[in-house]
Amino acid sequence: MDLPHQGYRATKPRARAAPPTADSVLFDDTSSAAPAMNSQGYYTPGYNMAGPSNNMQGGAGPDLFADPMANAAMMYGSSLANQGKDMVNKEISRFMSVNKLKYFFAVDTRYVLKKLMILMFPYTHQDWEVRYHRDTPLTPRQDVNAPDLYIPTMAFITYILLAGMALGIQKRFSPEVLGLCASTALVWVIIEVLVMLLSLYLLTVHSDLSTFDLIAYSGYKYVGMIFTVLCGLLFGSDGYYVALAWSSCALMFFIVRSLKMKILPSLSPDSMVTGSSAKPQFRLYITVATAVFQPIIIYWLTSHLVR
Amino acid sequence: MELKSFYMAFTLYSLIQTAILCTNAIAVLHEERFLSKFGWGVDHGVGGFGDDPGIKAQILTLIRSVRTVMRVPLIIVNSACIVLLLLFG
Repeated sequence: MDLPHQGYRATKPRARAAPPTADSVLFDDTSSAAPAMNSQGYYTPGYNMAGPSNNMQGGAGPDLFADPMANAAMMYGSSLANQGKDMVNKEISRFMSVNKLKYFFAVDTRYVLKKLMILMFPYTHQDWEVRYHRDTPLTPRQDVNAPDLYIPTMAFITYILLAGMALGIQKRFSPEVLGLCASTALVWVIIEVLVMLLSLYLLTVHSDLSTFDLIAYSGYKYVGMIFTVLCGLLFGSDGYYVALAWSSCALMFFIVRSLKMKILPSLSPDSMVTGSSAKPQFRLYITVATAVFQPIIIYWLTSHLVR
Repeated sequence: MELKSFYMAFTLYSLIQTAILCTNAIAVLHEERFLSKFGWGVDHGVGGFGDDPGIKAQILTLIRSVRTVMRVPLIIVNSACIVLLLLFG
């Protein structure tokens, strides 16, 4: 599926394009061939419009082939490939909505830099509210506080590469170890997301945290892990512990401030506090437990890399 | 294999194993014979409709829904596990 990637790379130079139109806040310029469309009809029309152009591109090329049979075969093959792509897209969109996933990857350079700075030094950031635009949350491009999945994915992959490098420096490297490290980290993310989902369900916390939001928030710890491992490699054991303390505090602060907005409700004056009076306590416990879990897992997953 | 430092290294296979074992554990909790003795039976779960249900009602709903939904897939998955373990040890 290289079409969304082409569209995605094309957005980077146009990151400071014109402000979004009224009805297509999310997806105005991520497809190189499609104009601004509303978010429901984004994926299929954008793909269909680019499909024929793909075909035409594929058709213009093989005119250079002298053999007409090769031309026909190439066009047939490309149409088969397009059909396969359509089928795969339809199957995938039955399991998870691709539009929702695209929201999390709609980032630009400025957002990534600001977010990384907030992750490492969140103490000066003032406004933690996630801004909305007519009931839909704003994309990460327009709102720094919105969670995204780009940073966690990239940080996860960088962490795996760093782990391989660290093990190689200690002459303990082998390809199986790399795969084991990757799957261990992935399993811990899955466990944490499942525990969070379970606790949010059991305590009937009606928050708008979706599964992808939780994956995003629990993936932000990989940035701290990368920083810790780098300092441990560069400055030895002392540097490792200093960096561990620094990134733990920063990450705990960040998680508490971010999740406080979403989990702990702002008790509006007209609605009474429903349920038992122990509710706000439990929500606070969840937030604090999540925050405390981060340094533990950072230490657990990086201590064997730095001796 | 030099993996002494990974003292709790997970593979994805162990995650699948854990998931199967936990789902089996939830599926064997029989309501009449077992849960009623603790006061966790069918009649104790459905509580207040006006406000949010408490933790116990949520847990009971979760157990009941897991048992209902996963009954048939668990039969299939367990049979597959038995066959695979018999063949490959």
